[in-house]
Amino acid sequence: MGAFDWQVVWASLPYLAQGLGFTVQLTAVALAGGLVLGTLLALARISGPRPLALAAAAYVNIMRSVPLVMVILWFFLVIPMLTGRPLGTEASALVTFTAFEAAYYGEIIRAGIQSIPRGQVDAARALGLTRAQATIHVVLPQAVRNMAPVLLTQTIILFQDTSLVHAIGAKDLLKAAEIAGKNYNRPVEMYVFVAAVYFAICLALSLLVRRLRRASGTAAPA
Amino acid sequence: MSYDWNWRFLLDTVAAGEGSYLDWLLAGLGWTVALSLAAWALALALGLAVGTARTLEARWLRAPAAAWVELFRNVPLLVQFFLWFFVVPELLPRDLGLWVKQDMPAKEFVTAVLCLGFFTSARVAEQLRSGIGSLPPGQRLAALALGMRLAQAYRHVILPRALRVVLPPLTSEFMNVIKNSSVAYAIGVMELTFQARQMQEETARGLETYLAVTTLYFLCAFAANRAMAAIEARSRIPGYLG
Repeated sequence: MGAFDWQVVWASLPYLAQGLGFTVQLTAVALAGGLVLGTLLALARISGPRPLALAAAAYVNIMRSVPLVMVILWFFLVIPMLTGRPLGTEASALVTFTAFEAAYYGEIIRAGIQSIPRGQVDAARALGLTRAQATIHVVLPQAVRNMAPVLLTQTIILFQDTSLVHAIGAKDLLKAAEIAGKNYNRPVEMYVFVAAVYFAICLALSLLVRRLRRASGTAAPA
Repeated sequence: MSYDWNWRFLLDTVAAGEGSYLDWLLAGLGWTVALSLAAWALALALGLAVGTARTLEARWLRAPAAAWVELFRNVPLLVQFFLWFFVVPELLPRDLGLWVKQDMPAKEFVTAVLCLGFFTSARVAEQLRSGIGSLPPGQRLAALALGMRLAQAYRHVILPRALRVVLPPLTSEFMNVIKNSSVAYAIGVMELTFQARQMQEETARGLETYLAVTTLYFLCAFAANRAMAAIEARSRIPGYLG
């Protein structure tokens, strides 16, 4: 076992921070976009007209059964074909992850909404609330509380999955470490360091999930 | 969008001169299936042990099992592949590390099986733990009251019940293994995704290639799903709903 040289990690920190910046940006964009699109998908599946509900279900099921790496490759290939001009790896990654996460968030949101007993809506309607008011003031607040831990867990998975932009060469934290490791001829230290960074962030977030679960009284997932 | 479909390229000879692109696809399918099955077997064996350990009272078993799960769940799979491939050989004794790096047969494949197997074992363990947790505590107490030792209670009462409870989530884990095996392209396992990238680069027939590869993934996942459903049907206890 050769001696480790952690100096190279120290020297590459600014460069690695740039990569981490993109990883965080990608996670944030996919989270925000995925939640919005996911909500639309969930509503389409629950109360949309039949063709729309079927289309939403097909979209969700296809996205969830294809390996993410293949989805990333597909988007990188197809988007330029549709728009007629090349799209950078970073932009392609942002679009792909938003579209991909929408399928997963959509299913979580759908389950959350469907976990609210029908009587809640009936009671709200009997009290004179409109359908929209019942959804906004009665169903969604309870649904969000039920969903929060699962949504956060999915976001941890998303944060880890962003590393797969490696397949199209977008420069995230992992790619930055790979490049720095090659430049200094010190891949081992770089990979260990990057693993530690991912581990620390994900462990902190998953401890937060556990606290949320305890606070909301929902048991660990099956 | 008008696209000029052409599937005939599959029968063309590859640039390197040996075999056709169809051969590449089939070889990729073979590696994907072999990697998924081997990793799944490893994950089941390890996950069963770790998941059981997590439900025991003995702290010296429970704590390392919990650490195991956290370790493999909180590092991205792709990073884990690089750790197994580049870092682990450096941590081994010098001669063994050298052998792994230079002479180990099917080095990429073996590394990928270990990586994907260990990664998935943490997820299997969590499923099993919650499955055991979902059983009524009376079952375990009754087994112990009948004079069974703890190991016997697990062997004859708790695990047979818990395993049936976790079969449905294990089915989706098995399908996840197949999907996750695609990440092994990164360390050079010549599975489907590796072949897809290689074929797209060499032939520029991206759509046909990706369609073919994606369809093969679908078929694998479907086969896994049916296999697990058959196990579920055969292991059902008469009189129970699930």
